[in-house]
Amino acid sequence: MPDQILFALEVTLNGLMAGVLYSLVALGFVLIFKASGIFNFAQGVMALFAALTLVGFQTGQVPFAHLVNVLFGTHVEHFGWTMPTLAAIAATMAVMVVMALLVERLVLKGLINQAPIILFMATIGLAYFLEGFGDIMWGADIKRLEVGLPQGLSETIDAATFAWFGYGFFIDRLDIVAALVAAALVVSLTLFSQYTRHGRALRAVADDHQAALSVGISLRAIWVLVWSIAGFVALVAGVMWGTKLGVQFSLSLIALKALPVLMLGGFTSIPGAIIGGLIVGVGEKLFEFAVGPLVGGATENWFAYMLALVFLLFRPQGLFGERIIERV
Amino acid sequence: MLYREAGDFKTSYAADGQTFPIAFDRRRYQAVLVLAFGVVPFLVNDYWANAVLVPFLIYAIAAIGLNILTGYCGQVSLGTGGFMAVGAYACYKLMTAFPEVSVLLHILLAGTVTALVGMLFGIPSLRIKGFYLAVATLAAQFFLVWLFNKVPWFYNHSASGQISAPERSVLGLAVTGAATAPWAKYLVCLAFAVGLAWIARNLTRGSLGRQWMAIRDMDIAAEIIGVNPLRAKLTAFAISSFYVGVAGALMFAVYLGAVEVGEAFGVNKAFLVLFMIIIGGLGSIFGSFAGAAFLVLLPVLLKNLLVDGLGWSTALAAHVELMIVGALIVFFLVVEPHGLAQLWRLAKEKLRLWPFPH
Repeated sequence: MPDQILFALEVTLNGLMAGVLYSLVALGFVLIFKASGIFNFAQGVMALFAALTLVGFQTGQVPFAHLVNVLFGTHVEHFGWTMPTLAAIAATMAVMVVMALLVERLVLKGLINQAPIILFMATIGLAYFLEGFGDIMWGADIKRLEVGLPQGLSETIDAATFAWFGYGFFIDRLDIVAALVAAALVVSLTLFSQYTRHGRALRAVADDHQAALSVGISLRAIWVLVWSIAGFVALVAGVMWGTKLGVQFSLSLIALKALPVLMLGGFTSIPGAIIGGLIVGVGEKLFEFAVGPLVGGATENWFAYMLALVFLLFRPQGLFGERIIERV
Repeated sequence: MLYREAGDFKTSYAADGQTFPIAFDRRRYQAVLVLAFGVVPFLVNDYWANAVLVPFLIYAIAAIGLNILTGYCGQVSLGTGGFMAVGAYACYKLMTAFPEVSVLLHILLAGTVTALVGMLFGIPSLRIKGFYLAVATLAAQFFLVWLFNKVPWFYNHSASGQISAPERSVLGLAVTGAATAPWAKYLVCLAFAVGLAWIARNLTRGSLGRQWMAIRDMDIAAEIIGVNPLRAKLTAFAISSFYVGVAGALMFAVYLGAVEVGEAFGVNKAFLVLFMIIIGGLGSIFGSFAGAAFLVLLPVLLKNLLVDGLGWSTALAAHVELMIVGALIVFFLVVEPHGLAQLWRLAKEKLRLWPFPH
């Protein structure tokens, strides 16, 4: 096979893997949107916050160390112990649940019956708050996240493709793990929403808030549940992205990458989030590969948005979204 | 007792339909204008002009622009930063291509160019609604910033990739470039802000403004009663972008002088202006000024308090500021969704009845 096609193939595979990572963030959006009609802009910052908290617990950082030091003139930085990874993950999850509770109590409760766009803007405010809060709590420096995930070139694939094509493909092992995790996540979320009591309640709320209320489902409990699950998805995404890029501010920008994914896939569809992610991942990598050198590169910043924009012109609800029916 | 409509008899339609029906309001408004044009320019120093007044006026113009689109016409836009960049770069190209033409004209032309670009990106709004549109406007934001970064023609092939404003003067007085006096900067921005606010106020209470509001409240119903959605939405996008473009041109030419596009007109600018109109009040011209004043003053205040007063590091103060801004957004949306403008309206309503509220 000619080199160009092989390159393109490799780029496509890497695009698929990147797409899986976008899908991970998009999943959190879809979950909250389905259950509460809220477009949660803070999902990316939640991933950052979760990753920050995880690193903080692992390395035994003192929360709010900077603030405490400034206020009381002390010099505390670390507790002097390190937490095993699993315990740190559990502790982080507890923090995310507390956050879900607070969000429901302080933000959502006061905004019942408001227009969706108002709720959207409230989540932008939440994103800003959480970003500042995370930085104050754990410090804004770039941190390394080490949870024992494999990283680097996958020799097996390299060797196998070299044997077939005479050219070894470069695939990051972390990306393969991410793909497996995403698959597991989707399967478990589907099982949860199909076969458990809470999952069914969740689907009922997604279908119709008032009908769900009338059969005795507590909306507020469901919202806490949904935000906790979204917190969990954010944690998974934060671990993946944090391992890949280091835990830093730019992690919160992955939310901006997930938005076109959602537009393509439709806001209400979990498979849509996955497939949208794959399309965006492959599309932007191939576009950068084919057209990028001609126009000066860095097309990844906007390509996904333009793709989604053009696509929406023809299908305003996205690939798998519910048909938008408007009545007066 | 001063704040009454009682005894203030209107004898013509023009008097009946004026913006400030209460005489006290009218005089207060005139007093503010006299103060702003006649007194402040003599008092203003470099710090106040550059840290507070000029950015306040420029952001107020941008906020009015976004308010026309989001507050009046109901189309949420996250592309403000990109459109400001269009205004800035259009102004730069015009200033360098036609040095003999007045810079004020260039700023207005830059607004017109931005209006055309805004209309182009407004076309999808006819089919895409709500969140989908909000996200679609991000396409404009990222694409435009990328374009100005990557195409050397836009920054005249300068080595740094920056654009910097050449020196231009109006009536023999420098208004752009390094030699500009602080009061000159202030007066130029003030003139634009007052003129544009006056136009916006009158547009929004006229036929066009009512069409926008009908579209905002329910577009299908508006269409049924005879509002043309194509016309209403595209004019909203055009006029809104004109304002935002003028704000971008002023920010580049008068305020900053030299601009790097990703830094000055990034997605954070878009959010900042959106926050201004949320805090100030959606669908209110006064709210645009109030929100801009609030979010320009808040960082200055916090910096003075935390960094200079308490000796905190700037990074920590910046994080506290993020938290406060975020919390305020949520607070305003929960407690007072119509923003500072609504508090102002309530205060005026109370004042009308004071001191006998029953």
